[in-house]
Amino acid sequence: MRTPFLQIDDLHVATEGKEILKGISLEVPRGEVHALMGRNGAGKSTLTHALMGNPAYQISKGRILFEGADLTTLLPHERARRGLFLAFQYPTAIPGVTVVNFLRAALKALRGADVPVREFREALMAQMAALDMPKEFASRYVNDGFSGGEKKRLEILQLAMLTPKLCLLDETDSGLDIDALKIVANGVNTYMTPERSVLLVTHYQRLLNYITPHKVHVMSAGKLVQSGGPELAKKLEREGYEWLSSGEAA
Amino acid sequence: MTDMLLEKIGSRYDELYGFHDPEKYTFKSSRGLTEEIVRSISGYKAEPEWMLRFRLKALEIFQKKPMPTWGDTERLESIDFDNIHYYVKPSERQERNWEDVPPEIRNTFDRLGIPEAERKYLAGVTAQYESEVVYHSIQKDLEKEGVIFLSMDDGLKQYPEIVKQYFGTVIPPADNKFAALNSAVWSGGSFVYVPKGVHVAIPLQAYFRINTENMGQFERTLIIVEEGASAHYIEGCTAPTYSTDSLHSAVVELIARPGAKLRYTTIQNWSKNVFNLVTKRAVAYRDATVEWVDGNLGSKLTMKYPAVILKEPGAHGEVLSIAFAGDDQHQDAGAKMIHAAPRTTSVITSKSISKGKGRSTYRGMVKVNKGCEGVKSSVVCDALLLHESSRTDTYPTMEIAENDAQIGHEATVSKVSDAQLYYLQSRGIPEDEAMMMIVNGFIEPFTKELPLEYAVELNRLIQLEMEGSVG
Ligand SMILES: Nc1ncnc2c1ncn2[C@@H]1O[C@H](COP(=O)(O)OP(=O)(O)O)[C@@H](O)[C@H]1O
Ligand SMILES: [Mg+2]
Repeated sequence: MRTPFLQIDDLHVATEGKEILKGISLEVPRGEVHALMGRNGAGKSTLTHALMGNPAYQISKGRILFEGADLTTLLPHERARRGLFLAFQYPTAIPGVTVVNFLRAALKALRGADVPVREFREALMAQMAALDMPKEFASRYVNDGFSGGEKKRLEILQLAMLTPKLCLLDETDSGLDIDALKIVANGVNTYMTPERSVLLVTHYQRLLNYITPHKVHVMSAGKLVQSGGPELAKKLEREGYEWLSSGEAA
Repeated sequence: MTDMLLEKIGSRYDELYGFHDPEKYTFKSSRGLTEEIVRSISGYKAEPEWMLRFRLKALEIFQKKPMPTWGDTERLESIDFDNIHYYVKPSERQERNWEDVPPEIRNTFDRLGIPEAERKYLAGVTAQYESEVVYHSIQKDLEKEGVIFLSMDDGLKQYPEIVKQYFGTVIPPADNKFAALNSAVWSGGSFVYVPKGVHVAIPLQAYFRINTENMGQFERTLIIVEEGASAHYIEGCTAPTYSTDSLHSAVVELIARPGAKLRYTTIQNWSKNVFNLVTKRAVAYRDATVEWVDGNLGSKLTMKYPAVILKEPGAHGEVLSIAFAGDDQHQDAGAKMIHAAPRTTSVITSKSISKGKGRSTYRGMVKVNKGCEGVKSSVVCDALLLHESSRTDTYPTMEIAENDAQIGHEATVSKVSDAQLYYLQSRGIPEDEAMMMIVNGFIEPFTKELPLEYAVELNRLIQLEMEGSVG
């Protein structure tokens, strides 16, 4: 029997005493890109944080299986070491820590071994060039004083350098101009291989012009309300989310 | 936020920095301070008469002067002056070659990594072991250029006229009780003289250690950089741990002549029972620059406020400091800038980290004298608290007698945020390492000013201090 790649079973998640996710079940097979759409406040980011293990979000019911193993009680760094990665909607600034040192520390933590300096430098320079980042970017402090677009690019640079098995992208497209959007999309497409998967959170369809998802899921008020193929995203673009909410409590 | 992980490496501090050699000394004064002890210290060193008189006068001042009535008076009052050795001489001779240094002393230095440091880039080492300098080497090039880099004791012997001219002029014994104490019983420290126009390219380094229980260390440093000359002096300390209280009370006097540049870098890591009460002051003449780069770790109580007297127009002073207050420690540190001439400028950057029940205090003073126009000064102090029980206070004093002075003051208090920890953890970095990274980032403006070896050593020391911060 095939072991599912990412499997989410009836997940209930609360934060600050309020239940946000009210029973999410979802499967993302290996080698697939799934889009997760929905209005602001639907609970998309909450789901990505629950998957990554953010301690501010408590799982009251349900579980998360990854490659057959239960992640539900693991710490964020343990989940990262299993192969999960989250490109944050709002990346955090770490003043005084340079991009290059941060990436090296992360890579070392993930591999459990030091990364040869030279090999690392070369890889970093190549990836930065691919993302159209100037060399000086490496010696800036992580997200400190970055523009919105720079933060998103750094998330994609991390994705490229850390090569996780499953990438969760949370609104990585928002706030980007069309050129930056293409660069980010190209970064995600380059990352994708038949061994890897992406769960891509967005509330616009425009990123999906560059990244074709195998499936599209729609969330509303903490529940999955619809799943379909790429055409679902197009329909949402044309008709908005209203037609979905008919059966929902406002 | 988590109750897991963190194998507590326990008392690795003891293992790494708390080691001590069996005591073996040629002369050790009895406990307590008397005129007789002061006389015997001076006699033992065969000092000129004026120095003996200087010491005795200072002793008189020390005995009359009350304890400071500000700062952490409760801890200060717990110092038992009668229970301290005021002088210890570990071996007869002053050594120049590493091989000549007695093995157990060498062993201690080996564990501190000094020979490596020397091999790498030494201009000259004077390593102060106990009260006396036992090891001292000066690079030939420096000697050729007329640069003097000696222990203070040798400086007094070999260059009595220079010493007599400057000694105690920047910090007179009457300045404060601890300066008086140091003036009475001082021993060791460095004497540096850089002649006009000479640029000392490599840092001059000295290492200090305390190794006798209840032994006070009263080193005395005097640095004179003549017109248009420049130098960087570095001193690092790692004290072993002991069960009863030790007192460290140094006096450091710097003189930067017109157009001179002088940087004085210290990293001190005292064991947790040491009182570290230091007076540091510089005088900067026309267009001269003096920079204090000051890192304070360990100790029971540190009180230290490096000062620059900006005596002539165009002089510039800087203090860049970090303090790490571990559990139950109090780092009371800061800076003083005295603008005593027009168009003088100063920058104070102070960073503190408090852990557990640790407490950090920034105490600073910017003073602009009447008639000093065109002064600019900027003060930034940032405090980072690691725990709910950690504490920080700021006491900035401004005495500005001129209206056109441009004075900036900024103070921030921050905590390591859960969002930062989570962000790093989501990249595979465990919580304790994430905490360490954030702390290292916080002090980065300081570490980037240090030579690489010192930056590495500082990070290692902070890592040791951080153990058990998480969980
Ligand atoms: N840390 C938080 N504290 C309080 N409420 C939160 C927090 N995070 C999310 N929420 C609430 O949970 C709901 C879902 O938010 P979120 O997951 O960010 O939605 P989306 O990403 O789909 O816009 C919203 O009502 C939001 O206000
Ligand atoms: Mg969101």
